[in-house]
Amino acid sequence: MTVKIQIPTPLRPHAGNLASVEVRANTVGEALGELCKLHPAMDQRLFENGQLRRFVNIFINDEDMRYLENLATPVKDGDEVAIIPAVAGG
Amino acid sequence: MSSSFVKGMKCRLCGKLYPVSPVNFCQDDFGPLEIDYDYEGLKGVLTKEKLEARTFNMWRYQELLPLEGEPTVGLHVGGTPLIRADRLAKEIGVKTLWIKNDAVNSPTLSFKDRVVAVALSKAREFGLQTVGCASTGNLANSVAANAAAAGMQCYIFIPSDLEKAKVMGTTVYGAHVIKVRGTYDEVNRLCTQVAFKFGWGFVNINLRPFYAEGSKSMGFEIAEQLGWRTPQHVVSPMAGGALVGKISKAFQEFYKIGLLKQEPTTKFYGAQATGCNPISGAVKNGWESHRPIRKPNTICKSLAIGDPADGYFAAKLIRESGGWAEDVTDDEIREGMLLLAKTEGVFAETAGGVTVATARKLVEQGRIPKNEEVVLLITGNGLKTQDSLTTQLGEPVTIGTSLSEFEATMENTREPVLA
Repeated sequence: MTVKIQIPTPLRPHAGNLASVEVRANTVGEALGELCKLHPAMDQRLFENGQLRRFVNIFINDEDMRYLENLATPVKDGDEVAIIPAVAGG
Repeated sequence: MSSSFVKGMKCRLCGKLYPVSPVNFCQDDFGPLEIDYDYEGLKGVLTKEKLEARTFNMWRYQELLPLEGEPTVGLHVGGTPLIRADRLAKEIGVKTLWIKNDAVNSPTLSFKDRVVAVALSKAREFGLQTVGCASTGNLANSVAANAAAAGMQCYIFIPSDLEKAKVMGTTVYGAHVIKVRGTYDEVNRLCTQVAFKFGWGFVNINLRPFYAEGSKSMGFEIAEQLGWRTPQHVVSPMAGGALVGKISKAFQEFYKIGLLKQEPTTKFYGAQATGCNPISGAVKNGWESHRPIRKPNTICKSLAIGDPADGYFAAKLIRESGGWAEDVTDDEIREGMLLLAKTEGVFAETAGGVTVATARKLVEQGRIPKNEEVVLLITGNGLKTQDSLTTQLGEPVTIGTSLSEFEATMENTREPVLA
């Protein structure tokens, strides 16, 4: 499946200053893995000890992946995966 | 007096240091940044005598708030009453109960004026002309009012189903208000993107580390009002989860700079609505990370944050302090609001009902001992959430103008009659 990963402004310097990257993958986890292969600097920003960092949220077509199947959430052609730093509070 | 006791900013996860700037997250791990102070330098400089001589409002504690110079926004915020609540104490079953009453805070009747006063004063220091926020109500009111008084432009984003009084209490100040058809969490996510794109000073996003410090003033005041000591138990409502941590930080800071004789051992209790209980759920289940609530469902809209930014830190603090957390149903919330009003004459918004009802529950469960001292944080005014009580309060009796009609209404009472 071909999906588009949206890169938030603070992470663009680590992804060649791109606002989005297209990858081929079957799950969200795979898509992020592909992103990190293309842009290795992203790996340390997103993951720590193999886990997604606490303050990084991932959305698939505007749905928080924690309400789906987390990194195992399947993706289909044309899906948009957005990386959103959890920097806003209440 | 100038405040140059700010050392810089520090990541709450990895400890990395940053210079002061309108950024709220660490470049390495997106951890939230916190303000770091020169506590050693403040020892002996900030004394009880010096503090007691100043006007009683939040700026009394200026050196422990993150501005470089004098505050320019929210000069009359804070200094709210700490009410000894013996009648409510009796109802709940504790020996001593205090109400920290921010329902009468100035200018917008909620504790948010404290955080906004700091955020907007800091925005001025950064040279930002436009500020904004995402809000469940009280923050919207406060940013709109304080921005108007400061002559700043502001953009306020709210969920479209907020209580009428809270919407009007925002638009009246001339703010640009945007109602978003979504949950608060969705509004916040939109605001993160707006903040990155437009570079405005979003008080709860890029100004968050400064904003959050304002809540400490509630804790400083409580400690001073109790006679320079800390209470055994504090019950705090939790929305984003930051308040409880800032009260604790306030107590710790007073101790660090030598204002308290004894190290604080206060136990903290979190209060939420059952219809939106990510943090109390984490505490009760022993989870390190909270599970976000997709669609909060409670009359307590002010606490309806399904994915609280400080959830992890709040749960951790509560556990480590030896406290607990609970959540209450909508009916229990209404009962809590009425109980507070009827015993102590304080009309709090739904979050106040949550706090009172939760305190009651925790005492019933034996989590809060009956013979000790408890402080309840009342964070907002009941006039702002009137919609929540319309079915609880009956209509008053209506009579004509004759004395006999009034007497008829008193027929079944035992009130003494003079003539």
